[in-house]
Amino acid sequence: MSALVLRELRLAASGGNALLPLIFFLLVATLFPFAVGPDRPLLARAGGGALWMAALLAALLPVDRLVEPDRASGVLDQLALRGLGEETVALAKLAGHWLSFGPPLMLAAVPAAALMKLPGEVLERLELGLLVGTPGLAALTLMVSAFTAGLRGTGALAGLLMLPLAVPLLIFGAGLVEQGGTGALKLLAAVSLLLVAAAPFATAAAIRAARD
Amino acid sequence: MPDALLRLRGVACVRGGRLLFEGLSLRLDPGGAAVVTGPNGAGKSSLLRLAAGLLRADSGTVERGGAAALADEHAALDERLTLERALAFWARLDGARAEAGMAPLGLLPLRDVPVRMLSNGQRKRATLARVVASGAPLWLLDEPANGLDRDSAAALAEVMADHRRRGGAILAASHQPLGLEDSATVAL
Repeated sequence: MSALVLRELRLAASGGNALLPLIFFLLVATLFPFAVGPDRPLLARAGGGALWMAALLAALLPVDRLVEPDRASGVLDQLALRGLGEETVALAKLAGHWLSFGPPLMLAAVPAAALMKLPGEVLERLELGLLVGTPGLAALTLMVSAFTAGLRGTGALAGLLMLPLAVPLLIFGAGLVEQGGTGALKLLAAVSLLLVAAAPFATAAAIRAARD
Repeated sequence: MPDALLRLRGVACVRGGRLLFEGLSLRLDPGGAAVVTGPNGAGKSSLLRLAAGLLRADSGTVERGGAAALADEHAALDERLTLERALAFWARLDGARAEAGMAPLGLLPLRDVPVRMLSNGQRKRATLARVVASGAPLWLLDEPANGLDRDSAAALAEVMADHRRRGGAILAASHQPLGLEDSATVAL
């Protein structure tokens, strides 16, 4: 299991795979003030929601590299031959993917918040929301990644599958940034937990289905 | 009588709505070997995947007496790693050493070459080295001699004979002669 998580981290690090979502996230944070103008109160009000939107779209980027390369190269078959359950493999992928996505995104949120001129307490709520919400985002990416493995031209399909499912994360995440309070945080945590709990089983089922 | 390493009873396989074979029975004891022959699309690879447990039989039963190692057209090696490190990943999972597979197939000189730079024949040898190092008693080899030069084919015959002497069994699908002595033939 630890060997599998390490392998995921190595794959994420190689060729700058893990950097792409971060660069995308920061790019959106840079472009947004250009789009709405440098009006500080407006930026502070809309910025948190915009950053959640950016995080959501950044989470979509690794969707084609999480499961499909391992399916096509036979790695998933070889792991199954060694008696590792697909659920174990999926859990290792989830852990590895979150480690290479969640904490770096939380780091990138600091300069992104500065670009949006977000006040300190808003940044705190954004970081708290990302800490609770990114596991859910990573789980969603992994599931969609497994659902679309083996299909051709999955880019648009992955977006269509994933973005509607991410709506609760977006609502509660942006709600937490805007108003604070424990209500939005608890709901965000509940949604995230549900996605994380479902991901190993849904991913494993999709991997098995892709084998036939 | 020792336990069979692989036992198929009345196995049928349907792929894409087409019946590939049915009523297939096969038993491989320690030291045994069988070669699957048949035209393209007859279901040779499917039979190997069935024996590996990666496909479900549509009828009949598949039993294995131990671990199985599969070498098919997928190398399952990380392209960016050097050959040694890519094989070491699997060797670690198998509790084995990568050199045990690399040495008999003449891959030690290539240990520092990235997997993506390997030729087809070298890739095939690397796939076989993964199987050799695995320590699994049952080897499932899909066209193991494809793309191998004469020396490598001889090395393959040598490791297969050695594996059988040590109580392993081999199920291979091949169009070419593999140099397997006293092997059964399964014609699909």
